[in-house]
Amino acid sequence: MSTRTTAGPERTVAYDDLLTRYEPVLGLEVHVELGTATKMFCGCATGFGAEPNTQTCPVCLGLPGALPVVNRTAVESAIRIGLALNCGIADWCRFARKNYFYPDMPKNFQTSQYDEPIAVDGWLDVEVPPREGPEFLDEEPFTYRVEIERAHMEEDTGKSTHVGGATGRIHGASHSLVDYNRAGIPLIEIVTKPLTGAGERAPDVARAYVGALRDLLRALDVSDVKMEQGSLRCDANVSLMPTGAERFGTRTETKNVNSLRSVERAVRYEMTRHAAVLDAGEAIVQETRHWHEDTGVTTSGRPKSDADDYRYFPEPDLVPVAPTREDVERLRATLPENPADRRRRLQEEWGYSDLEMRDVVNAGAVEVIETTVAAGASPAAARKWWMGELARRAKTAGEGGGAVDLLDLGVTPAHVAELDSLVTGGRLNDSMARQALEGVLAGEGTPTEVADARGLELVQDDGALQAAVDEVIAENADVVEKIRGGKVQAVGALIGQVMKKMRGQADAGRARELILETLGVQG
Amino acid sequence: MSDSTTQAASGAGAADADPTRLTAVEMADRLAAGTLTSVELTQAHLDRIERLDPTVHAFLLVDAEGALATAREVDAARAAGEELPRLAGVPVAVKDIACTQGLTTTAGSRMLEEFVPPYDATIVTRLRDARMPILGKTNMDEFAMGSSTEHSAFGPTRNPWDLERIPGGSGGGSSAAVAAYLAPLAIGSDTGGSIRQPAAVTGTVGTKPTYGAVSRYGIIALASSLDQIGPCARTVADAALLHEVIAGHDPMDSTSVDAPVPDVVGAAGTTDLAGLRVGVVREISGSDQGFQPGVQARFEEALDALRGLGAEVTEVSCPHFAYAMAAYYLILPSEASSNLARYDAMRYGLRVTPDDSPSAEQVMGASRDAGFGDEVKRRIILGTYALSSGYYDAYYGQAQKVRTLIARDFEAAFGQVDVLVSPTAPTTAFRIGDQTEDPMAMYLNDIATIPANLAGVPGMSVPSGTAEEDGLPTGLQILAPAMQDQRLYAVGAALEARLRERQGGYVIEQAPEIEVRA
Ligand SMILES: [Zn+2]
Repeated sequence: MSTRTTAGPERTVAYDDLLTRYEPVLGLEVHVELGTATKMFCGCATGFGAEPNTQTCPVCLGLPGALPVVNRTAVESAIRIGLALNCGIADWCRFARKNYFYPDMPKNFQTSQYDEPIAVDGWLDVEVPPREGPEFLDEEPFTYRVEIERAHMEEDTGKSTHVGGATGRIHGASHSLVDYNRAGIPLIEIVTKPLTGAGERAPDVARAYVGALRDLLRALDVSDVKMEQGSLRCDANVSLMPTGAERFGTRTETKNVNSLRSVERAVRYEMTRHAAVLDAGEAIVQETRHWHEDTGVTTSGRPKSDADDYRYFPEPDLVPVAPTREDVERLRATLPENPADRRRRLQEEWGYSDLEMRDVVNAGAVEVIETTVAAGASPAAARKWWMGELARRAKTAGEGGGAVDLLDLGVTPAHVAELDSLVTGGRLNDSMARQALEGVLAGEGTPTEVADARGLELVQDDGALQAAVDEVIAENADVVEKIRGGKVQAVGALIGQVMKKMRGQADAGRARELILETLGVQG
Repeated sequence: MSDSTTQAASGAGAADADPTRLTAVEMADRLAAGTLTSVELTQAHLDRIERLDPTVHAFLLVDAEGALATAREVDAARAAGEELPRLAGVPVAVKDIACTQGLTTTAGSRMLEEFVPPYDATIVTRLRDARMPILGKTNMDEFAMGSSTEHSAFGPTRNPWDLERIPGGSGGGSSAAVAAYLAPLAIGSDTGGSIRQPAAVTGTVGTKPTYGAVSRYGIIALASSLDQIGPCARTVADAALLHEVIAGHDPMDSTSVDAPVPDVVGAAGTTDLAGLRVGVVREISGSDQGFQPGVQARFEEALDALRGLGAEVTEVSCPHFAYAMAAYYLILPSEASSNLARYDAMRYGLRVTPDDSPSAEQVMGASRDAGFGDEVKRRIILGTYALSSGYYDAYYGQAQKVRTLIARDFEAAFGQVDVLVSPTAPTTAFRIGDQTEDPMAMYLNDIATIPANLAGVPGMSVPSGTAEEDGLPTGLQILAPAMQDQRLYAVGAALEARLRERQGGYVIEQAPEIEVRA
């Protein structure tokens, strides 16, 4: 349980340099917290952010005599994940106990799967986009097939908080607090086979894989896959071997990688650190390492070896999981469209360019735009609102100016569709629509309610507008002269003044028509 | 002893004056008839506990208030004409391995000396639903590890037949309570014989039902794949009534069997065994197996009695039973080492904090060192070793293979006969302190009972008489195929009736009255 801290930054070598001598091999272990209503082996709720130790019971606290009962929905989610990853589904498998002592593990064993996982031998095709930057303008996207070794079910541990130390880690802490709300939440661990041959693109492949997996899990609707809240966690195993070698080098396992960007950075950093150690003729220490987002380095954690002895044995308190072929086929029928195929289909339907679509995907806005379009908005309007005003606000709406999800802004796809219909229906102009949105964001109600309350309405009465037009024409004889002389584009200056007189409550298009009509000029 | 307990209606003799001498069936009948109240009955047991238990030490906790509260409710409900379950108002004792909400539950260990569960074990809920006053929690070997109750952290229980002797274990408290008329019925748990062997050495009846027939939810686990809860009683019919209360599917226990409970109460009325095929297991019977002569003699007589009842007795062989003990002492410690890992002083239980700002690991180590007794530590070490990588296949893996072979032996035997029989324990009750220094000798007490746990089949011990060399009770073990628990009750009841005829009463009635010690 103790951790060593490294005195200073460790040596690294330049990334481009190491690739001439070494070939990276990656292995990614992704833990997904399932979004089931109840825990893996008891009926406790699973909601994030509850008061510590309020979502617990005799089972997930490991009280004497308590026994586990498998959550059927979790098993079904595991099977669906396995199927979506093109895995074979076991027709009979068991849980096992992984025995080790740690205060955040109530029973001092984790109920997991060992040599009989629910899903084995699958793959996921991952699209790796071109890198960003002027030197990569000619780069093409490519597809990398990630081989999946297994996906298995297990329960999460509690969460320890170490108090009193400088770093929030156990070293130097005066005491620790444990929250068992997380203990027993269903987890699926997805383990890749060694990823080889990616060369310099290895960090990008790692990032693209975790991103693709996240999209897939989101499409399956089995988890909220929020890396920052820990419902999707990635451990990155990295090793280097000399170019052309056949035996893999010694690996390290980097934890605490909490974003897609961190996956890429952590892999890249470990590669440069490994290369420096190997260049010096030293051996890589097989260990767990911690990624530090702020400094961009990893530090040494617990030494780890294959000799770690968890004394696995089949869990005698549970009966085997034995899904029938009918069960599996029934679940296969519930699988959603593969996210990559879906993206291609939607791009075509919406008429977005490659660049527009990529921005939408990167912003995680595919679903929200789809729902908005389904609610009646045009694809262009949906993209305009979500990728423009709303995306800008989402970047800073979080605590302390951090980012939040688009859907956490308090604006729904239905709101955006309504807003669009108010514009296309002629009730609001663009700047009024922005004001209405402002009101929605402030919690004042739906766009229509906000427009009503704030009196946002284009003036439909041509009389008032005509009066304003007449006034402006009278006050701007010089401009009128130009327009009559054929410079129709000068009408813009008059429109601006009309709108000012109308305090924005007019349709600029109609104002233009009236001005030209009054002057007897053809638009 | 007079034959006063045979007729509930007659109500003559000692039973009238002292309702604790009645059978549970008689108690239930009198309560239903209104000739006895539950408060009277419960109070009589509490009085007897108060007088005798300082000597016997069957109880770790007596809940007089709770028991009387239930008794009063039952009496009131009955007076109001409510329809009540058969055993409503009949008191029961519960082995301290079952969690009881609000009542300290220790499993006989210092580790849990002050542990008050926030929930009831499923079987406790069932006892409450059956409206049975719970007298208290009975003594046991620490975490059910032992065959004598000497490994209880709170001192041994004494055998009511001879206070210098052990009452068996691990459930010595429950059997002694029943044998000493401190409770008419008690709950036991049987992992390798902990209900049956104490029943044999105290002259009482004890059943280990089919694995999964009774919920384990809320039962402090020793070895999950072997543990089973069952009834302790003075008669077969009494045991059947309690069996019926506690058996049945429980969604909280994944290993619980989802099938109708066999008609054990009906079977306990059996008087004739015509056509029944009885198999004597060669490997766990006979004086060449080191069984005490008196134990063997009563066994032979019981076989005669079975023949007299119309059964056909043959010998069968279960060759792999020879390896049962070895397999058991790998599987049990392996599972126990993991089940007992939760006692780490972090959330509940004993906490010992060493000096100089200790780590969590040091607190865990010191607490486990102080909280566990030697036998518990011995088995945790054994199990930890057996599960270690590099040893797993040779120990745990091999033991599981033996287990499969033993199950096949049972299958083959039950292809030829309906039930199997053997002496329950190789000897009568030994003296306190005789075997505490020799774990192997202690383990051998369970040589005949362990195979049933390994295979999950049901077993029962019924009194077969007393050994002439020491005058102490002996037991006959009956084994049946899984889910055929009613066969145990049929054979047990017929044999019990035949022995009563011959001896003029139940074996337990030959027990001497207990001398109160200072
Ligand atoms: Zn729970």
